[in-house]
Amino acid sequence: MLAIGLAHYLTVGAVLFVLGILGIFLNRKNIIVILMSVELILLSVNLNLVAFSARLNDLTGQIFAMLILTVAAAEAAIGLAIVVIHYRNRGTIEVDDVSTLKG
Amino acid sequence: MIAAIAFYLFAAVLIASAVMVVTSRNPVHSVLFLILAFFNAAALFLLAGAEFLAMILVIVYVGAVAVLFLFVVMMLDVDFSAVREGFQKYAPVGGAVGAILFLELVLVFGSWTFAEEAGALRVNPMPIGVDNTRAIGRILYTDHVWLFQLAGLILLVAMIGAIVLTLRGRATSKRQDISKQVNRLGSVNLRQVRSGAGLAEIGIERPPVDPPPAPKQVEHHGGGHH
Repeated sequence: MLAIGLAHYLTVGAVLFVLGILGIFLNRKNIIVILMSVELILLSVNLNLVAFSARLNDLTGQIFAMLILTVAAAEAAIGLAIVVIHYRNRGTIEVDDVSTLKG
Repeated sequence: MIAAIAFYLFAAVLIASAVMVVTSRNPVHSVLFLILAFFNAAALFLLAGAEFLAMILVIVYVGAVAVLFLFVVMMLDVDFSAVREGFQKYAPVGGAVGAILFLELVLVFGSWTFAEEAGALRVNPMPIGVDNTRAIGRILYTDHVWLFQLAGLILLVAMIGAIVLTLRGRATSKRQDISKQVNRLGSVNLRQVRSGAGLAEIGIERPPVDPPPAPKQVEHHGGGHH
């Protein structure tokens, strides 16, 4: 119990992932919190990669985690830019109002 | 022993702050708890021996992404009481999906084991006696240089995309309108000047001045009093 192994990290990662999914479902009115939930999900993926990297003594997992970090930062920037222009055009950030493209 | 206690502490704070991110009433509080979650995740990375990634997490996430979130949350003037509606409505669906997902993850992780030859299949085994940052640098700039370049390209595209999306054409900004410049008439003309003539003889060339607008005619309505 006291020796911290792979299973502990995987459990934390799984809980974090589920919390991120739950956040997407619960905050249907607020796009910004949904973006934060996506960040939590990507963080849990990084946690899993680092845990496997430490367990296997293989650095590839950490290289891959850095790429995911980059993609997460780019996604946050683009997502927030879209939120800003959507708010500028419509005056709201509710997900249900985003239906301009609906036929 | 110390490492185990530290792991449980950081993991508990990480999960608690993730819960607060998801359920907090005020998005500003959500962002602040997100920062706390990132700090604790960085501590977990440190415990796993990934020092460079932990520092990158603090710098990139706490220093850039979380501040970006905070900036946008505070810039948008959103009615947060209306934003909370529907929390109860979606809670059962979200809870059910989350429970099923967690159950599946537990089943996968519980029944899964490493392959026999997993140790032999390592692509980049950690070198002995080299610290983490140096070891990552050794393979990142040599074996994985294309991945590195790809990351730079992704960031460039994201930067240009964010700028293009949010740039507003302001009426006050001064821009060069080339067709307007080319089509200008009358303001430029050529003139033969006698050699050695000074300004006193030629005079200063000034652009033609538009005649002042004619005074407005007062309209006389039929039947008005005179």
